[in-house]
Amino acid sequence: MESDIVEHTGSRTTRLLGASVFVGLVALVLLGFFVAPPDDDQLDAVRMIFIHVPSAIFTYVAFVTTAIGSVMWLLRRSIWWDTVAGAAAEIGVLFCGLTLFTGSVWGRPTWNTYWDWGDVRLVTTLILFLMMIGYLSVRSLGGSVEATATRAAVVGVLGAALLPIINRSVEWWENNTLHQKSSLTDGKLEGMTLFTLFVGIVVWGLFFAWSLIHRFRISWLERELRTTDLDQALRDRRAEGHRV
Amino acid sequence: MSAPADSVTIVSIIRLRAAVALIGRFPALAGIDLEVGEGEVVLLQGPNGAGKSTLLRLCAGLVRLESGEGEVLGHDLRTSRPAIRRSVGLLGHDTALYDDLTVRENLEFWAAASRADVASVTPAMDRIGVADRLHDVSVGLLSAGQRRRVALAAVVVRRPQVWLLDEPHAGLDPDGRDLVDELVGDAARAGATVLVASHEVDRTLDLATRRVVVAGGTIVKDVADVE
Amino acid sequence: MWNDVWLVAGKDLRIEWRSRVTFSQVLPFALLVLVLFGFALDANRPVLDAATSGLFWITVLFVALTAVQRSTSLETTDGARRALLLAGVEPAAVFLGKALAVAVQLLFVEVVLVGGVIILYNAAVESFPLLVATLLAATIGIAATGTLLGALVAGVRARETVLPILLLPVLAPVLIGATRAFDDALGTAAVDGWAWLGLLAGFGMINVVLGALAYGVLLEET
Repeated sequence: MESDIVEHTGSRTTRLLGASVFVGLVALVLLGFFVAPPDDDQLDAVRMIFIHVPSAIFTYVAFVTTAIGSVMWLLRRSIWWDTVAGAAAEIGVLFCGLTLFTGSVWGRPTWNTYWDWGDVRLVTTLILFLMMIGYLSVRSLGGSVEATATRAAVVGVLGAALLPIINRSVEWWENNTLHQKSSLTDGKLEGMTLFTLFVGIVVWGLFFAWSLIHRFRISWLERELRTTDLDQALRDRRAEGHRV
Repeated sequence: MSAPADSVTIVSIIRLRAAVALIGRFPALAGIDLEVGEGEVVLLQGPNGAGKSTLLRLCAGLVRLESGEGEVLGHDLRTSRPAIRRSVGLLGHDTALYDDLTVRENLEFWAAASRADVASVTPAMDRIGVADRLHDVSVGLLSAGQRRRVALAAVVVRRPQVWLLDEPHAGLDPDGRDLVDELVGDAARAGATVLVASHEVDRTLDLATRRVVVAGGTIVKDVADVE
Repeated sequence: MWNDVWLVAGKDLRIEWRSRVTFSQVLPFALLVLVLFGFALDANRPVLDAATSGLFWITVLFVALTAVQRSTSLETTDGARRALLLAGVEPAAVFLGKALAVAVQLLFVEVVLVGGVIILYNAAVESFPLLVATLLAATIGIAATGTLLGALVAGVRARETVLPILLLPVLAPVLIGATRAFDDALGTAAVDGWAWLGLLAGFGMINVVLGALAYGVLLEET
């Protein structure tokens, strides 16, 4: 019986990616803490955006990836896309949690509060976080691969369809948003701060890609394991018949 | 009467080739080859967990065909399951009755849902031996045996071309058991094809044209035992 | 198609009429929640006044969870889900029928709850048309989303715990929108309630369409 023993999910590409993430993180720490200057108003708290903004960006990248994966499963019955959707959602929850955490830690010295209900992006992101947790709990319900994929895909599509309306409702709800207009486009950031933020986004992008590939490969192997199981299970099952 | 081997003259109603079906990840059917002709009455036997129920549910278009090929009434089991479902009648382990509705209301609901004649509900209740006083009693108050009878009546009302009966004798009194056999006879005479599953090894069915023994998700014996 | 919608809705409502679960269990529960909120906040009248709309809709969400669980369990306890597939009923019709039945039950509870907040919380209705329109629009959204997600977790062991996790976050816009519209209708806050109705209607429509499309896939594959 042929058996390929897989000892790890690394490949040349992922090792290269992983190494870049590591180098990038070191660079980000050095740039963020020692090179970028403190802000005139926010002082050292501004350094939080080097993690906060990239995390927020890739939370939404992950969410969109999950939504696309869900649609592709429903349209094409593509297990590949379903696996991508599941992997992206897990990383998305991680990034989303990081976004919320860094956001409120930053909010305390800057806005003088950990949490502000009047802020659209904050509240929308929290609801997104809860929806992603719901999505993952659906993925863990068990049942056949197809049933799980279908359930998860419906949740993914529903979430994607409703997120704009959730955002709109929160926006109307309290119109006095505290949140910075997008830090990137309002032109307030300059010099080393802006550069460091871009480094942060690139490093987070690489980190996202690296973890997505690994998570994808693990899920894929898990499924392969089950299909090899099926051949064995079929033999076992037929053997029951011979005993009669 | 023609033996099942004369496949030239018999229109094949169910045709399975190396059919594999999974329940979760478990291969309940591990490669079934079966061909059933029009008007045949097949007794499916085998121990608990042999795969009889899954086989019936596969033929009803409720279980996905994992691999292999299959056709029921000329419809492909992979692509035309909705068409198959509409033309078969399945009596499963579940009775698919709503506790809070009366016997009549349940039967009328299922008749209307499956586009059958709602007027045939009363004759069906009589045929199945549901006493008049029970017609307007909530199903939740019936005994298990009476409940099985009502579920059987729901199949009768549908007048399906293929009858798939899973342990139809279970939980019935001797009268009920005879009644099942009579109904199978009625159906066969009307030209329907019938598959009856039973785990009782000594169970016989007068009208059975064939006995198929299932074990380990495969067919281990297939005999035409009509005298 | 529409025949089947009425058939399924009629069946669910008749079961409800017979068993009186909504009437004899859900309704008292809802009123109890109102009373408990009253105990929690009554020491401070102005707070209760300001919170009336929100408390009303929170209570409705709790009721909706119960109604959806019940509606789903009707089809799963004795394999009726499978029988509906076998009968060849259009899945979209099953979805619409079940959502309709849930909506009718919710509306019934909501009407009583409106009476409850008028009596217990001393609320005054300033705009009846807005109140009624909000009840309808919000209820359609809640019933459609609940019916879809109820079917999604049907037949799963952990369904009682997973349903709230799935349903409550996506209903956030309904809670926000309906609360705001009610604030206007009850005159507890100066907002434009009619503007919120558009959002509620949009939410309802998205969910009715998605549900009608996705219900078949869920019946079929789970």
